[in-house]
Amino acid sequence: MKLDSKVPKGDLGDKWTNYKSKVRLVAPNNKRRIEIIVVGSGLAGASAAATLGELGYKVKCFCFQDSPRRAHSIAAQGGINAAKNYQNDGDSAYRLFYDTIKGGDYRSREGNVHRLAEVSVQIIDQCVAQGVPFARDYGGLLANRSFGGVQVSRTFYARGQTGQQLLLGAYSALSRQIENGSVKMYNRHEMLDVVLIDGKARGIIARNLITGEIERHGAHAVVLGTGGYGNVFFLSTNAMGSNVTAAWKAHKKGALFANPCFTQIHPTCIPVSGGYQSKLTLMSESLRNDGRVWVPKRKEDCKKHPNEIPEEDRDYYLERIYPAFGNLVPRDVASRAAKYVTDEGRGVGKTGYAVYLDFSTAINRLGKDLIAERYGNLFDMYHRITDENPYEVPMRIFPAVHYTMGGLWVDYELSTNVPGLYAIGEANFSDHGANRLGASALMQGLADGYFVLPVTIGSYLADEIRTAATDTNHPAFKKAENEVKTRLEKLLNIKGDKSVDDFHIALGKIMWDKCGMAREGKGLKQALKEIQELRAEFWKNVFIPGDAHEFNPELEKAGRLADFLELGELMVNDALDRNESCGGHFREEYKSKEGEAVRDDENYRYVAAWGYSGDPSKPELHKEALDFEFVELKTRSYK
Amino acid sequence: MKLTLKVWRQKNSKTRGRMETYPIDGIDEDMSFLEMIDVLNQNLIKEKKDPVAFDHDCREGICGMCSMFINGEPHGPEKGVTTCQLHMRSFKDGDTIVIEPWRAEAFPVIKDLVVDRSAFDTIIQAGGYISVNTGNAMEANAIPVDKSIANEAMNAAICIGCGACVAACKNSSAMLFLSAKVSHLNMLPQGEVEGKRRVLKMMKAHDEAGFGSCTNTGACSAECPKEISLSNIARLNRAYIAASLTSEESI
Amino acid sequence: MSWITNFFTSSVGKKVIMSITGIFLCTFLAAHMSGNFLLLKNDGGQAFNEYAKFMSTFPLIRVLSIVTFIGLLFHAVDGIWLVLQNRKARPVKYHSFKGGANSSWTSRNMGLLGVIILFFLIVHLKSFWFEMKFGTIQYVEYGGVKYKDLYSIVVSAFSQWWYVLLYIICLIALSLHLMHGFQSAFQTLGLNHKKYTPIIKGVGLAFSILVPLGFAIQPIYVLLKSMNVF
Ligand SMILES: Cc1cc2nc3c(=O)[nH]c(=O)nc-3n(C[C@H](O)[C@H](O)[C@H](O)COP(=O)(O)OP(=O)(O)OC[C@H]3O[C@@H](n4cnc5c(N)ncnc54)[C@H](O)[C@@H]3O)c2cc1C
Ligand code: SF4
Ligand code: FES
Repeated sequence: MKLDSKVPKGDLGDKWTNYKSKVRLVAPNNKRRIEIIVVGSGLAGASAAATLGELGYKVKCFCFQDSPRRAHSIAAQGGINAAKNYQNDGDSAYRLFYDTIKGGDYRSREGNVHRLAEVSVQIIDQCVAQGVPFARDYGGLLANRSFGGVQVSRTFYARGQTGQQLLLGAYSALSRQIENGSVKMYNRHEMLDVVLIDGKARGIIARNLITGEIERHGAHAVVLGTGGYGNVFFLSTNAMGSNVTAAWKAHKKGALFANPCFTQIHPTCIPVSGGYQSKLTLMSESLRNDGRVWVPKRKEDCKKHPNEIPEEDRDYYLERIYPAFGNLVPRDVASRAAKYVTDEGRGVGKTGYAVYLDFSTAINRLGKDLIAERYGNLFDMYHRITDENPYEVPMRIFPAVHYTMGGLWVDYELSTNVPGLYAIGEANFSDHGANRLGASALMQGLADGYFVLPVTIGSYLADEIRTAATDTNHPAFKKAENEVKTRLEKLLNIKGDKSVDDFHIALGKIMWDKCGMAREGKGLKQALKEIQELRAEFWKNVFIPGDAHEFNPELEKAGRLADFLELGELMVNDALDRNESCGGHFREEYKSKEGEAVRDDENYRYVAAWGYSGDPSKPELHKEALDFEFVELKTRSYK
Repeated sequence: MKLTLKVWRQKNSKTRGRMETYPIDGIDEDMSFLEMIDVLNQNLIKEKKDPVAFDHDCREGICGMCSMFINGEPHGPEKGVTTCQLHMRSFKDGDTIVIEPWRAEAFPVIKDLVVDRSAFDTIIQAGGYISVNTGNAMEANAIPVDKSIANEAMNAAICIGCGACVAACKNSSAMLFLSAKVSHLNMLPQGEVEGKRRVLKMMKAHDEAGFGSCTNTGACSAECPKEISLSNIARLNRAYIAASLTSEESI
Repeated sequence: MSWITNFFTSSVGKKVIMSITGIFLCTFLAAHMSGNFLLLKNDGGQAFNEYAKFMSTFPLIRVLSIVTFIGLLFHAVDGIWLVLQNRKARPVKYHSFKGGANSSWTSRNMGLLGVIILFFLIVHLKSFWFEMKFGTIQYVEYGGVKYKDLYSIVVSAFSQWWYVLLYIICLIALSLHLMHGFQSAFQTLGLNHKKYTPIIKGVGLAFSILVPLGFAIQPIYVLLKSMNVF
């Protein structure tokens, strides 16, 4: 298959402007008749649904939580980037573009990323107008902080709850459209399939999670803003419900899945403390602005109380190895460094899988009050979880799965290769290449939802104005509905002995050990086998209580896990295919003498877009070559 | 730790529920309350019984999904935390813990500990927004906002919509939730413009949803995991009275 | 005019009625309590009886007392309505409800306290106001002018220990009712301020102790006097 990225020709800074002035439009009277389904009410989904509603389309929006306000985006802490250059530190759209391309280890499209940088400034304007209470200085103007991987201060924030405030902003815009009838909201509904008619996406099958009823919903186009798939690792910083199901169903209906192995491991999370653990908690990256990461120089000191280890016996390894960026190196670099020092046996804490993040220098320099103002709620959160006071004892942190750069393949218009099927936010393979910079996911989600998709979708819908409302009695709907029902019954009828969580924990362990922070050909091959076996066992031995016609969380979990069990294998296949180290994908075989990632631009400068062949073990690889016209490919160096 | 759990079980909104008792063992103090329930549910599944349904998602105190009435208080005995942030170190070996769903006319039970809180969405839909279409915004720094006002607005905006205020209130009033949103938006210059309309419409939606009337017991704020202040309710009252008296629009 | 009914039937409007009538009744309480201290004057009741006549005949006071009565009626009826409505908002009760962990007992039992006070008022009005207006009351003469001898009725009532006890119990209920009600009235009207709210709360507390205390001193004094303690 020839993958056309549809990036417009022309100069980097003109592409989006030219595109917007030429894209086809849909007249208001036609918009009223055109139906769009938006699955997901996170930053991407809510902003898209609200904006499409404002434009006059008939929108249906779905989420599996009890309210759109609870989407996983709510948990984002640190902030959102925008090239406003309010701090006069030399920022610009080009610099944000460049940082993102470089941070992503040159595995993203120039055109898309520059557009993202361009619209970033509009996002801030929009959010402020909606009443998002960003942090401000005494003069009443907006404040900024800095984030990993960049040398300017361009991150806007609302205490440690930026995602919450941005999502509530989008949710309020969505609520306004729900009130005036342009958007109909379906809470506690889970999409279980997309329906294609004549090769075009024409609707979805959804399950009402309260009654268990299977519903058909038709539309002229379907937009997936269903988030990332980090929970394939079982333990991650994602919300418990985050899943790949929507994207995976689309994949099975023909949409390509791009770069699935590009996962981000976040360096600052609270370490695992016991086998009962259900999820990991992130400590915002912003902490690395003032916190210093260290481990003891000697193994013998690891069990000592940190405050008893004198300065000269501490190894501030990030500052030592990366003097230019110090504690603010990008996430993949910081995570890997933590892995190395703990592998050397210098990890701290009960399990030995933790490093210190120390605020004593900052507290001495700035005072406890200022630190409390900046990070108070994060410190409280840490204190509550660990029962240790970070103002007095250094925090213990460890990397954890956090974000998935991979996702559904989309072109410049955010359309998948299935006509009429769009993917936005974390659900697409997006603009972050092989590694995402901090505070850029919120930016991308909102860029997609507010400013990009509502424009680009017009180019498809302009041809659909004569298409009548989708008939949900079409055989394609019947077939999809039957498949969904059969699968649910099949799951329920296994009546085995193990719980869904038992399988999920096992899958998570395979993924983390063999396809996590560092991967190796041998381990990956073993993982393939293990996942296949686990999947086979799952379909023989899982036990799901209750039935399909009621509120049944175990059944929901089982369906999601069944998809993770297929996705996991694809991730491993992708990791095996990519014989290089880049960004979040680190292959032990491809590193320099100093242990840094070694990219292979000659052979792997492409997006790996995988097609579904009918057998999850035999994916088909399609390549989209990445051409760099405007930046020069360099080895990333933060030294 | 060994504990006795008394949990409300109710199959769906149409059947009647009852309290069930479950002994549970092997609980670690570092577990979160929800992880303790996970253990209970895994045990129930192993016995081929129906696990306890409960709402949860982020498990870090921000999504507002978790909602358990624990030993007579929403989100349990600790102040300023959600159920998912409550840890078992707050309990003692041998304790009996009573777990119920939120109780309010406006929050009907869906199953076990899961309730329907869509009434909150309805309140927000009635005016919990600033009417600005995408692309219609002016340059962000064109409207300076006093830092202390921005702070106060943020203090109100951090409400997670969990409903603990309603659950704690003897009148099942949602005034704290409502006032947090009205305060957040009405305090900011951007939101002040449609302030009157907002407060009148949202109050109407609140009352129609079947929430009770505030009698200033202060239980809401004391139990609110985000410690939203009662001064927001006063601000709401003020705004509502003023809007009722001066607004020329009838709502 | 539907905005008026909309306002007064809204959840805030109902409370505004409670708060305005409540504050008004507080001023009445303060005035009533101060005036009644004339009972303690050692003049065989002359000052008190003169005061009682003035209060029941002076036109402005007559108007005020009608307003007070209406205020009271509104306060009571609206209060009962509020309690009933609020109960409806929670049809299924909790098995275990630890109100004490988050709010004061008085704040949660304003309805109960209100009913006790209402009961007291009925007894009180029956004993004195009704007697004075419609009962067979004796007359006394000061300087040639005839006065109804309310003083004697009051003294004879307050000379019974059980009556005084009942009085005091009800005054405790009043005190508790005021402890929450006084400051709550300001909150309902939106009068909340970092600087002034602590003052309002302080004044409210003082008021809710001093006024019932003032009322209590009077029957106790009369009772002790009738027992010839002094
Ligand atoms: C702890 C944490 C902190 C973070 N902090 C930051 C930060 O500071 N800055 C930053 O830029 N990024 C941050 N991120 C990343 C960022 O939050 C996410 O990438 C982003 O919010 C994803 O938004 P989304 O709209 O794509 O998806 P989500 O917010 O995940 O929303 C997905 C939506 O899809 C719905 N959905 C999913 N599947 C289905 C289905 N089958 N049927 C129906 N509905 C479905 C869900 O109900 C939900 O509404 C953080 C992430 C985490 C985990
Ligand atoms: S005000 Fe507090 S208790 Fe009420 S919904 Fe908001 S966060 Fe929850
Ligand atoms: S689960 Fe999100 S707040 Fe508790």
